[in-house]
Amino acid sequence: MRARIALNIKSVDYEFQEENWLVSKSELLLKSNPIHKKVPVLIHADNPVCESLIIVQYIDEVWSSGPSILPSDPYDRATSRFWSAYIDDKWFPSMIAFFFAQEEDAKKAAIAQMEEGLVLLEEAFGKCSKGKAFFGGDRIGFLDIAFGCFLGSLRVIEKADGIKLLNETKTPSLLKWADRFSSDTAVKELIPDTDTLAEFGEKLQAKMIANK
Amino acid sequence: MAGECVQFLGFWASPSALRVVWALKLKGIDYEHIEEDLLNKSPLLLKYNPVHKKVPVLVHNGKPVAESLIIVEYIDEVWKQNPLLPQDPYERAKARFWVKFADEKVVPDMVSTFMKTGEEKEKAAKAARECLKTLESGLEEGKQFFGGEAIGFVDIAVGWIGIWARIVEKLKDVSLVDEETMPLLHAWLQNFLEVPIIKECIPPWDKLLQHNKGYLVKLTPDST
Repeated sequence: MRARIALNIKSVDYEFQEENWLVSKSELLLKSNPIHKKVPVLIHADNPVCESLIIVQYIDEVWSSGPSILPSDPYDRATSRFWSAYIDDKWFPSMIAFFFAQEEDAKKAAIAQMEEGLVLLEEAFGKCSKGKAFFGGDRIGFLDIAFGCFLGSLRVIEKADGIKLLNETKTPSLLKWADRFSSDTAVKELIPDTDTLAEFGEKLQAKMIANK
Repeated sequence: MAGECVQFLGFWASPSALRVVWALKLKGIDYEHIEEDLLNKSPLLLKYNPVHKKVPVLVHNGKPVAESLIIVEYIDEVWKQNPLLPQDPYERAKARFWVKFADEKVVPDMVSTFMKTGEEKEKAAKAARECLKTLESGLEEGKQFFGGEAIGFVDIAVGWIGIWARIVEKLKDVSLVDEETMPLLHAWLQNFLEVPIIKECIPPWDKLLQHNKGYLVKLTPDST
């Protein structure tokens, strides 16, 4: 989803190939990403680019005449990269831990970690947005994309467990940002329906548990 | 650059701090080195990196940047001399890919090799060698460095892995960067560590060995 949002922001025409990787991986995927054998992969002029945030930066650098995805100031760029790395390396693992937790205690611990992270991201939003609508300012930027792609999964957890991970008390700015992000033209058709995503999540969970 | 204030919070044995030191030296940047005692972290470190509380941190005109690879990209963007990342977007994407691969695949297997013993150690070393062999495919035959003719982002990011591989090989009696099966990677490591500006930043070999031996003793009290 990150790559597609970036392509939409830049108004780049692209051919989308859905990979049904839970079942099997296509020849093209295995050839384009032989090392990790994973999506997403962007193929541009026969050159494959792998890893979602690397793809987003690539898109930003190639289609430089479109709206910028990374900020122009090096310090702001470093800040965007820092929080994106935090999301991928620290926050997202706690979401994974929640999905695979089988006992209540483990689930509660994962939720607590996610909530702690969201409080940090709420603070980061305040600093990065500088009073504007998105982490990137007036428009969706790198950090919006990095974090926003998880909103679908957040909603799955909220619906299934009846908790409000984004809420008025602890994350009021992120709550409003989430609506703005989801309804942005570059994003709105890409966020999966909560029930469809929940169903996919169950299949994935079953497969992972079976493989252990 | 006149009027710039650059401070660097590091720890002598930290591999990620070494990445930043190499970048600073390659760019010829003047900076104040602040050595951190990781067992007794300074208020300055906790103030400048409240999220992770780790080194390295670069403080440029009072503004902190944390996470070694993010710092290196920041340095490359602010100080334009001796570019570390390639200009071409596809080459940049490849460079970032290899660095991520090294950190996420090579390093964990090397850590396992370091921490385990017996059969498990051998299994981990085999996995590490496979990842190192894959990493080797990022090197172009005929070019000295991952960056081509000059040291680049990947060399700086991955260089410490080569140093540490030698330490693990010595302390754990395993082979990691094997000359026979990975001739290009082996040659790259030899060349890279001998480049004067790189070599002078590496802590003394004996001190590094002793420091890492210390970890081994803590992990496996029966090991020598």
